[in-house]
Amino acid sequence: MALEWQVFCQDTIDRTAVAGCFGSGGDKGTQTYLDWLLSAWGQTVLVAAMSLVVALVIGSIIGTIRTLPASPWLTRLGNWWVEFFRNIPLLVQIFLWYHVVPVVFPAFADVPKMALVVAGLGLFTSSRIAEQVRAGIQALPRGQRYAGMALGFTTPQYYRYVLLPMAFRIIIPPLTSEAMNIFKNSSVAFAVSITELTFYAQQVGEETSKGIEVYMAVTALYVISALAINRIMAFIEKRARVPGFVAQTGGGGH
Amino acid sequence: MHALDFSFFTWAVFRDYILGGMYFSFVLTGVATLGGIVFGTVLALMRLSGRKVLDVPAAIYVNGMRSIPLLMVLLWFFLLVPFIIGRPIGADLTAVITFIAFEAAYFSEIVRAGIQSIPRGQVFAGQALGMSYGQNMRLVILPQAFRNMIPVFLTQTIILFQDTSLVYIITAHDLLHGFTVAGNNLSHPRESYILAAVFYFVICFTLSWLVKRLQQKIAIIR
Repeated sequence: MALEWQVFCQDTIDRTAVAGCFGSGGDKGTQTYLDWLLSAWGQTVLVAAMSLVVALVIGSIIGTIRTLPASPWLTRLGNWWVEFFRNIPLLVQIFLWYHVVPVVFPAFADVPKMALVVAGLGLFTSSRIAEQVRAGIQALPRGQRYAGMALGFTTPQYYRYVLLPMAFRIIIPPLTSEAMNIFKNSSVAFAVSITELTFYAQQVGEETSKGIEVYMAVTALYVISALAINRIMAFIEKRARVPGFVAQTGGGGH
Repeated sequence: MHALDFSFFTWAVFRDYILGGMYFSFVLTGVATLGGIVFGTVLALMRLSGRKVLDVPAAIYVNGMRSIPLLMVLLWFFLLVPFIIGRPIGADLTAVITFIAFEAAYFSEIVRAGIQSIPRGQVFAGQALGMSYGQNMRLVILPQAFRNMIPVFLTQTIILFQDTSLVYIITAHDLLHGFTVAGNNLSHPRESYILAAVFYFVICFTLSWLVKRLQQKIAIIR
């Protein structure tokens, strides 16, 4: 059985082969399956990147308030947040955002579905990042907190200057896998018909009956993306390294 | 504000629409956990064998599976399994096969970490007693490693249970599918999705609470 890669050079409407494999573009121009594949990749990257920003911001806030001294209600709020978003499957959460939220809360009626998916994926991942941020802060020796206090820092100050900079460095490895997870998890956006890679795989695989070729291309793009994120995070980890600190915990040697 | 009406959800609805799907989700979770642990252990032993012929294929399999979304793996298996077997096998069975193959990759990483957490001295002690590699693994290393891994296994199982909802893409008949169909047939789709969320939440929250309890118990024994 031979693979027929020329399917990607076909026009998406009349299925004729297009010379050069790229359509003419523009609003009225032609589009090939290759064009569409690349734009689907773009959608995947877009959903994942925006969700990651949401998840990092909210996850850091929730994770931090769970470690604040003498604020039991904030801690409780943080715990509830994590339990709520962690114990409902992502796909169900996406359905809630897409089918339920715009109807029950009229304020969300005109929000584009891309934003709803980003909210769903972002909040889901925020609960996991909050867990890691909390663990990172609690992994620091207690003396660091006391040292900050002894210097006369207020609570926001010693978090800002002492605890958080070290905590975030500690959790870069788990954050790396979370960033790779969010990329993979962005595939649930297919369920609300966002034209990202998984939607493309399902749709085009059926349309052209060249499932194997289409899936191979999509899978390759996912693998490339995962490797890219891995390299980017490794670069960040290297740049953010505090020399003495990492030499101590990094292990290696005898 | 749109009024929600949950009165449609009666015992009859639960029995006719939800129960079967819930059963399938539990079976899928159980079978995938057991299959995943068995094949995951094989993969982990291949990676730790120190022989390139075994190590490299296992590493490619595990890292490959872990870098693509489960949804894509489901699509792949849905396309390929009937092709290989030569006859259609249905979405439910495809889901079971896919989950075992996919979870094996994740469980193998847990097993590998578990085996590596056993002090080297245990391996040497086994060797000093004249045990073969197989005996050493079976009688000394794996029993200790598995006991350390139990909480992580259970946590992974809860994640697995949530992931079973993704069989939506091949329209297998799981818990979420039950709620989707009930919602559409009885024209309460929104309420039905909320109820689905409540069901999943209660199940997962209870399970993770139990895991936490168990973790404390194991910690005391150690």
